[in-house]
Amino acid sequence: MPFEATVQSVPALLDAAARPAASLFGVSFRDGYVGSVIAVSLYVSLTAVALSTLVSVPAAVAIGLTEFPGKEFVKSVVNTGMGFPSVVVGLVVLFAVSNQGPLGSLELIFTREAMIMSQFVLATPPITAISLAAVSGVDDGVRDAARVLGGTRVDVALVVIKEARYGIATAVLAGFGRAISEVGSVLIVGGNITSADGISKTRTLTTAIQLEARQGQYETAMVLGAVLVALVLIVNAIVVRFGDRGVAG
Amino acid sequence: MPIQRRRFVAALGAGAIASTAGCSSTSGDDGGGGNGTDDGGNAAESVGVAGETLTLTTTTSTYDTGLLDEIHTDFEEMYGVTVDAVAQGTGAALETARNGDSDIVMVHARGLEDEFMRNGYGVNRRDLMFNDFVIVGPESDPAGIQGMGSATEALTAIAEAEATFVSRGDESGTHTKELNLWEAAGTDPGGDWYQETGTGMGEALNIANQQGAYTLSDRGTFISQRSEIELTILVQGPIEDGPEILSNPYGVMAVNPGVHENANYDLAMAYIGWITSPGVQEAISEYQVNGEQLFFPEAVSEDPNFQQYVPEGWSSESDDE
Repeated sequence: MPFEATVQSVPALLDAAARPAASLFGVSFRDGYVGSVIAVSLYVSLTAVALSTLVSVPAAVAIGLTEFPGKEFVKSVVNTGMGFPSVVVGLVVLFAVSNQGPLGSLELIFTREAMIMSQFVLATPPITAISLAAVSGVDDGVRDAARVLGGTRVDVALVVIKEARYGIATAVLAGFGRAISEVGSVLIVGGNITSADGISKTRTLTTAIQLEARQGQYETAMVLGAVLVALVLIVNAIVVRFGDRGVAG
Repeated sequence: MPIQRRRFVAALGAGAIASTAGCSSTSGDDGGGGNGTDDGGNAAESVGVAGETLTLTTTTSTYDTGLLDEIHTDFEEMYGVTVDAVAQGTGAALETARNGDSDIVMVHARGLEDEFMRNGYGVNRRDLMFNDFVIVGPESDPAGIQGMGSATEALTAIAEAEATFVSRGDESGTHTKELNLWEAAGTDPGGDWYQETGTGMGEALNIANQQGAYTLSDRGTFISQRSEIELTILVQGPIEDGPEILSNPYGVMAVNPGVHENANYDLAMAYIGWITSPGVQEAISEYQVNGEQLFFPEAVSEDPNFQQYVPEGWSSESDDE
């Protein structure tokens, strides 16, 4: 069976996963199960990474382009955040969204929104730190030229972002990798829920793998693992493709 | 009107989350019961509670055997609601309910259930079903416990032989039962041979399997996993005429709406009524894995046990303060 898995091409794999599939590599699933688990994984991780990017890139540009006392300290705080253990983040988010917590009245526990919150917390430090390195690496001349040509602060920032786009794309990918491969916090705050007919509500690929491993269904877990790896590869390929187009245009 | 205010805040929060999350269309109130899925479609046409979500915290044993998925479709169709089943250990399931994060709990540790009830977090406990625990181990049986009629004698033999024993170590119902058994055997297990894994039953069985170790398992999980592992039942539970101490009764309780006003009490009671009904009790008895019955219904009886509604040894005078 592992041989079949490697022979299958990636598009065929995704196709099989997205359709209501009764069987994937000889392992049978309930109709729509794998597709819905993939959909939840992507929805949660992409939303979290998009939100993180909206916060991180402006923050990285702001920190990178200004000199202020304590700048090195801020950088080290961001770098420390990259290593934050995901189960601790899950625990903190759980306390926040639990009925007893400050956000309890929003009833977010065991929802995708709570999972997005925890992945946002996890993805923001790596995206900020790597973007910051990319922004800092932009040649001072570029910045100065933009200023001399009469650019406003926003213009200068946009020029710098354009110059640093490869680094920023890498940052977003790193954040996405962290988010989608994360299991501890989504298990705690999401609850790994499917409906009775097997359609995922808060089950992601990682928590599904955890569940299968817990039940000793290692083959099924391996198939889901292959799907997860394929998904990460595809998203990376898409982002790299965008980067190339940026150069051409 | 605190409840109305809470609804308002919830709606407000849902709006805020929806706008930050971009295209998220989940509402806070129903906990996001899969918009666009089939459930949503059915919900609109069904009974009064349509569209709501019942959050059930339960143990890994009921979940991993597939029983809940099997029977919940019926409840979801009947009421047009979604059941969010969260599988945790018994201890974690009760703690989640204690925090008001679930509406109903289904667990198997009467002592912990009584404590939960006594502290006012749970109401209307019903006996639901039972199966039993079995002591499993490698066929080589290094401690020689095969066929022992007493679970405590078997554990004592394992401890004396210092044969590897895998403990769940996760505050689950099975772990609680195991600790009770050690206590009854008068042994305080420890040392290299006693390994706490902190995992669910299935994982613990796998670990025991790989190490050729003994472990205490509920019969249901063992049967559903038997084809994958080489362990065998060495000491039977009461279902196969083993000692009564290995019985494994499951109970279901609603979270007290007087303590947690957001608990979906109406739906929780509908669920309790439904799962203790003759039809569903029969469905439970008919549920099989690998050709074997896993759970034995206990809710329907000509001779009801009224003691099930109150914690053991409870009296109104002693708990007045």
